[in-house]
Amino acid sequence: MRGSSRIRPNAALVVGGVLTAILIATALLSLVWTPEVPTRVHIALRLKGPLEAGLLGTDHFGRDVVSLLMVGAWNSLAIAWPAVLLGAAIGTAIGTAAAAWKGIADEIAMRVSDVVFAFPAVLSAVMIGALVGSGPLAAVLAIAVFNVPVFARVARGVALQVWTLDYIAAARALGKHPLRITWEDVMPNIAGALIVQVTIQLALAILTEAGLSYLGLGVRPPNPSWGRMLSDAQTYLSQAPHLAIAPGIAIALSVLGLNLLGDGLRDALDPTLRGRSAAAA
Amino acid sequence: MLRLVISRLVSLVVTLIFVSLAIFLILEVLPGDPAAIMLGTAAREDTLAALRQELGLDRPALVRYVAWIVGILQGDLGTSITYKMPVSTLVAERMAVTLPLSLLAILISTALALPLGVAAAARRDGAVDRGVLVFSQLGVAVPNFWIGLLFILFFSTWLGWFPAGGFPGWDAGFWPALQALLLPAVALALPQAAVLTRVTRSATLEVIGADFVRTARAKGVDKSATLRRHVVPNALIPVTTILGLQLSFFFGGAILVENVFNLPGLGRLAYQALNQRDLVVIKDIVLIFSGIVIVVNFLVDIGYALLDPRLRSRA
Repeated sequence: MRGSSRIRPNAALVVGGVLTAILIATALLSLVWTPEVPTRVHIALRLKGPLEAGLLGTDHFGRDVVSLLMVGAWNSLAIAWPAVLLGAAIGTAIGTAAAAWKGIADEIAMRVSDVVFAFPAVLSAVMIGALVGSGPLAAVLAIAVFNVPVFARVARGVALQVWTLDYIAAARALGKHPLRITWEDVMPNIAGALIVQVTIQLALAILTEAGLSYLGLGVRPPNPSWGRMLSDAQTYLSQAPHLAIAPGIAIALSVLGLNLLGDGLRDALDPTLRGRSAAAA
Repeated sequence: MLRLVISRLVSLVVTLIFVSLAIFLILEVLPGDPAAIMLGTAAREDTLAALRQELGLDRPALVRYVAWIVGILQGDLGTSITYKMPVSTLVAERMAVTLPLSLLAILISTALALPLGVAAAARRDGAVDRGVLVFSQLGVAVPNFWIGLLFILFFSTWLGWFPAGGFPGWDAGFWPALQALLLPAVALALPQAAVLTRVTRSATLEVIGADFVRTARAKGVDKSATLRRHVVPNALIPVTTILGLQLSFFFGGAILVENVFNLPGLGRLAYQALNQRDLVVIKDIVLIFSGIVIVVNFLVDIGYALLDPRLRSRA
């Protein structure tokens, strides 16, 4: 809520920013270039170790692991981004409305968000998968649903503070409509908190997407995904243990990068919040 | 105190009704014809009609909802179409895996997180604190099913110390059953332990900064006694809240970890039911999972009021 928006760089911000930039660059690069065609089956070259064929070897179809990982980065973001943005949009609308009108509307919004919070994302995906068929759509919807209460709470919490400020009271006294106050005065003030939360939720969304595609509830084969690669790797664990390593590292580094970036942004935007990161996961 | 319990109880019942309605709407009303979903597009009209008859889909939705809830209250969860047996029997069998697995994971997670978090906070920015921060960042980033996979690779495939998966059943004896659950429980626990460690650390730091702690130190209580008697009990309040909220992550994680280790638990049943489009089973399991989460969080709420007199007056 302070006027100063100067960003002070810190270690988490730099490391997280670099890791996230690598993730996004890899995903974008995979659209125009991969070392091999990621879907090309090459049975003669199946289950090769690292450097025997390609940098990280090949899977049970003889597909190049590096190429699969690169396309996997794109597929992971292609599910995580829309899911988090959808959840953030709906959640923020609910949260700011609850803060603007309070009373019974607030009570209902928070009760409903408690209800949604009781469903683990994987369980929502099972339920939504039963409804619309399991696939990318079910994965996006399940992750979005899980994000709605998270953003509703964050937006409501910060918006409630903003509503107590003197100049908002003045605006109300002048007869400014709550919707205009929310849009013109509240939103700019909660934007920082929302950006931080989006970053952290993206990390969680990538983790969830990996879990869903491990179960076969995400991106459909032959389209590669990190979770799918791990579930394939499990089948060939004794023959080709290296297949179980790289996709897991890719997931962990992506999640770590986004989490660090979120923490770093939080500290940089508002040093008074330092050390209060905790419960977001 | 009684008024608090009653008001929380009312809100618990209302929440449970909301949740069951939401599940019913999503799985029975929105699909239009659940029988068509369960049998697929290739189903013949007479088999569809027979299934509709069996599921009682000819009755109005409200009647079916009430019948479902009344059945559950009497311990009747309906009959699974694919397993041809009562869902209550299925759930009871699977619960014997998922419940011990989750409890073991919560136990491991708490046993790791509390000492680590308190130790880190006791010497802020010290070596332990830095190590704990690294552990918590890495722990949150690593997927539990990958940890499971790596455990199988190291402890089963290479070292041969543990079974690579499967569950011998409790009839096989306590130790073999526990051994089958140990690796999955640790895999499930580690990411949650990382979150809980951070929460414990920041909760402890907050209490350490409080006036009454300075008073205790000033009147000569030594550091470890202050920590034990004054700091930790107060820090436990936010930690317990998060632990309650984490329950839904333990259940969500159980679906994954049970699949990695091929454990016949409730999570695996949910996954199998999805593949077999067994809506009866999915509906019940989703309600059981979310119901347990809601009830436990209610108990945590009430538990505070019992433990902490200051919270009784609020609510």
